[in-house]
Amino acid sequence: MADFLLELRSEEIPARMQAKARNDLSRLFAECTSEAGLSTGAIDVFSTPRRLVLIARDVADTSEANREELKGPRSSAPPQALEGFLRKTGLSEEQLEERDGVYFAVVERAGRPSIEILANTIKRIVADFPWPKSMRWGSGSMRWVRPLHGIVALLGEEIVPVEIEGISSGATTVGHRFHHPGPITFGGAADYAEKLRACHVIVDHEEREACIRDGAAVAAKKAGLSLLVDEGLVVENAGLTEWPVPMLGRFDAEFLDVPREVIVLTMRTNQKYFACTNDEGLLAPAFVCVANVAANDGGGAIVEGNRRVLAARLSDARFFWEQDLKVPLEAQAKKLDGIVFHEKLGTVADRVERVAKLARWLAEGGAVQADADQAERAARLAKADLVTGMVGEFPELQGVIGGYLAAAQGEPPAIADAVRDHYGAPSSPTSIAVALADKLDTICAFFSVDLKPTGSKDPFALRRAAIASIEIIVGNGLRLSLTHALRGALANRAGQTGEMAPTHKLDATADELLEFFADRLKVQQREAGVRHDLIDAVFALGGEDDLVRLLARVEALQEFVETNDGADLLTAYKRTANILKKEQWGPEDASCGDLAPEEEVLEKAVVGVAATAAASVEAERFVDAMTALAGLRAPIDAFFDKVTVNDPDLPTRARRLNLLMRFRDAVNRVADFSRIEG
Amino acid sequence: MSLSFQDLILTLHRYWGAQGCVILQPYDMEMGAGTFHPATVLRALGPESWKAAYVQPCRRPTDGRYGENPNRLGAYYQYQVVLKPNPDDLQALYLGSLTEIGIDPLKHDIRFVEDDWESPTLGAWGLGWEVWCDGMEVTQFTYFQQVGGFECRPVTGELTYGLERLAMYIQGVDNVFDLRFNDAGVTYGDVFLENERQMSAYSFEVADTEALFDLFRKAASECERCLEAKLPIPAYEQAIKASHVFNTLQARGVISVAERQAYIGRVRDLAKAACAAWLERAA
Repeated sequence: MADFLLELRSEEIPARMQAKARNDLSRLFAECTSEAGLSTGAIDVFSTPRRLVLIARDVADTSEANREELKGPRSSAPPQALEGFLRKTGLSEEQLEERDGVYFAVVERAGRPSIEILANTIKRIVADFPWPKSMRWGSGSMRWVRPLHGIVALLGEEIVPVEIEGISSGATTVGHRFHHPGPITFGGAADYAEKLRACHVIVDHEEREACIRDGAAVAAKKAGLSLLVDEGLVVENAGLTEWPVPMLGRFDAEFLDVPREVIVLTMRTNQKYFACTNDEGLLAPAFVCVANVAANDGGGAIVEGNRRVLAARLSDARFFWEQDLKVPLEAQAKKLDGIVFHEKLGTVADRVERVAKLARWLAEGGAVQADADQAERAARLAKADLVTGMVGEFPELQGVIGGYLAAAQGEPPAIADAVRDHYGAPSSPTSIAVALADKLDTICAFFSVDLKPTGSKDPFALRRAAIASIEIIVGNGLRLSLTHALRGALANRAGQTGEMAPTHKLDATADELLEFFADRLKVQQREAGVRHDLIDAVFALGGEDDLVRLLARVEALQEFVETNDGADLLTAYKRTANILKKEQWGPEDASCGDLAPEEEVLEKAVVGVAATAAASVEAERFVDAMTALAGLRAPIDAFFDKVTVNDPDLPTRARRLNLLMRFRDAVNRVADFSRIEG
Repeated sequence: MSLSFQDLILTLHRYWGAQGCVILQPYDMEMGAGTFHPATVLRALGPESWKAAYVQPCRRPTDGRYGENPNRLGAYYQYQVVLKPNPDDLQALYLGSLTEIGIDPLKHDIRFVEDDWESPTLGAWGLGWEVWCDGMEVTQFTYFQQVGGFECRPVTGELTYGLERLAMYIQGVDNVFDLRFNDAGVTYGDVFLENERQMSAYSFEVADTEALFDLFRKAASECERCLEAKLPIPAYEQAIKASHVFNTLQARGVISVAERQAYIGRVRDLAKAACAAWLERAA
């Protein structure tokens, strides 16, 4: 057994592709060796911008020997069939076995030397590697993510010989591009990482990540600041460096007039710098960049160069910001009629008009406890930042920029916050009105022109919008009839187009939408551990479209069915339901004769519980309703224990079936237990 | 003292000339990028080897800022190197050129950051990087995969240096107009500030859009006539002309978002047809 080392050295691999490349390398290697029957120990994979590395421990000397029996033609078959079979197996007729008039060939395969299998494995890895985008170079025809330059392949101390388009494997690579461009030769997997480290290459990506994470934090701390943690940036910088050196630089504090998000984003996306904050958590005029070199002047020139690049970028950003500040959002909003939202749904201005009306309607109707004028105004300004220079440069800052501009232009905080937060699931009243109106309009507008999500396709992210709506409603405890709100949004959209949609069409769409929401609700609640069958059990009652009440009921139900009383009652309910179903029982005239004691007890309990449960549900005291249900457990158990339903006396039998039916109905008033699993 | 703007160009000429490149003069037509030069687009097609280096003035009317922005210009210079097939050590050759112009790679942070290049108007794309020096993009480095919709075999390696940026970096200057153009006291601003002012005014305010639309149509039909006559070079020149006219119309703000794609598509069809004709003639 020996350890195997593979290094595929290329020009710089995009940082974002490296994690997947490591997984693919490991997977392809494992597939190839296991297909060939070659056993290996643990497999480790590493990457740098210029290297993909795999180390497999304890590779067996040979693959496992195997024996295979192949069925051939019948001995009575024409000679051509036999000849074909001999050619295929490479055997002669004497080597075949004949059993029951059929030829069999036994092919013994000795184990192949691992070095041969590994050579083939390397070829297959290079040929089959699933890069998201690959290229050709020079005059060759092979493909790799960027030009491939070298292959180190060592099994123990021995080179695994392979040649791919003029690149021969060997024991030699090169070090850091600038610190150590000369050759480095390895004795095997054991000295690989350490020899490279001596040549300014840290092969282990996780070690580089740690070095950046810690180094950047230390650099900030030395300056009396805290680093804004950004793990994505750590990984990206580790994918851009073989020898990461985090360094802190400063920028002119006058740029801090520009919104914080803009500065952080400019630094992050354009420059891959970390941001820092001061004691009070405010953005500090400093950045941490990660160089790929231990500079011979200590890094002064690098920090100065980066400072100047950042200053140019920030002055560009400030230019846009100052321009945007000069134009009132109201004036910007007028330009939205030049942006098509969707060919079937008009312009963004049309949409703003609908959202504004809907936000007002939600506030006026009391569904959202917001000031209707503020809600409408916030909605009218909410999309205006889409035409600002700043959002043009940084589309991901939509809303954020609008919020800053609204505040700077003297809008009340409630409006500025609503502009800023309406893309998410906010919690203050005006913001809620705008956010909910925005999402309901999106969903209803697309449904009304028949552009609904299907299967895995949801091009307009309507599912996400529905989930966000649910979060807004449930998270803020909004008491509203979802049907009413959806009908309002549909009517609002229909009103705008002027093509008065017939009421029955609105109804049909509203029903469809309610079902769509119910599905999203189940998905969204699954993560919170709420059982979908219980949601069904409450939904099935019909008429429950107040999500807050619905979930409170589901929650009480879930608690109940998980108690002994609940589980037991569910069993009794299912038994009852089965009996009634088998009998296809409807209420029938029955005997009023002598009741068995258990019958009497159950009768009383059902009457009592039915009343208490109904009253509790009415008062939204769902836990009480469940407690009431629990009172049925002992009577129904005793009933089934002692009383024979199938009494030979038919009127008595009918009376007992009627009683079971009333029991079932009493339970169903709280939730449709037939929908509950278990 | 660091290199002046003109010495930067001369140093690159000497360096790439020594690598066997023909040192060409700028193409005498308005274009948006050095890539449009026939020495890149047409020569990237077909099997013949080719090495060239040249400065190309680039016109981007929409980037004009009346000379008021220290970093943005409506006209600037690119230094373009094309090597076909790309040599195995193209990265090392490129880094050698940085050392030559005074950038010590052990003092500065040179990095290759993913940046795939695509030119919708040329039907061209390639993979490569933007090269960063201390966080600033100084060069676009691309391995051409397709030009004019045709596979590049062999592959051309293309290096595009942003000359003003590079010079600003080397000279430590924050405003492009403060660049030393030569070592005799002439600045970049002395040479070009007035051009920026006047050309911005022209592109944004004065250019006769009716005449430009007309010019676009005429260039397009002239291109087609040349194609019929099996003259790919003049056909391609007309495609370049149409492309520049389109850029000016955009700066004037008279092309709507919806129309934009149609114009780009029209230029691409012309460029592709010229490339096809070029390959046909060569074959």
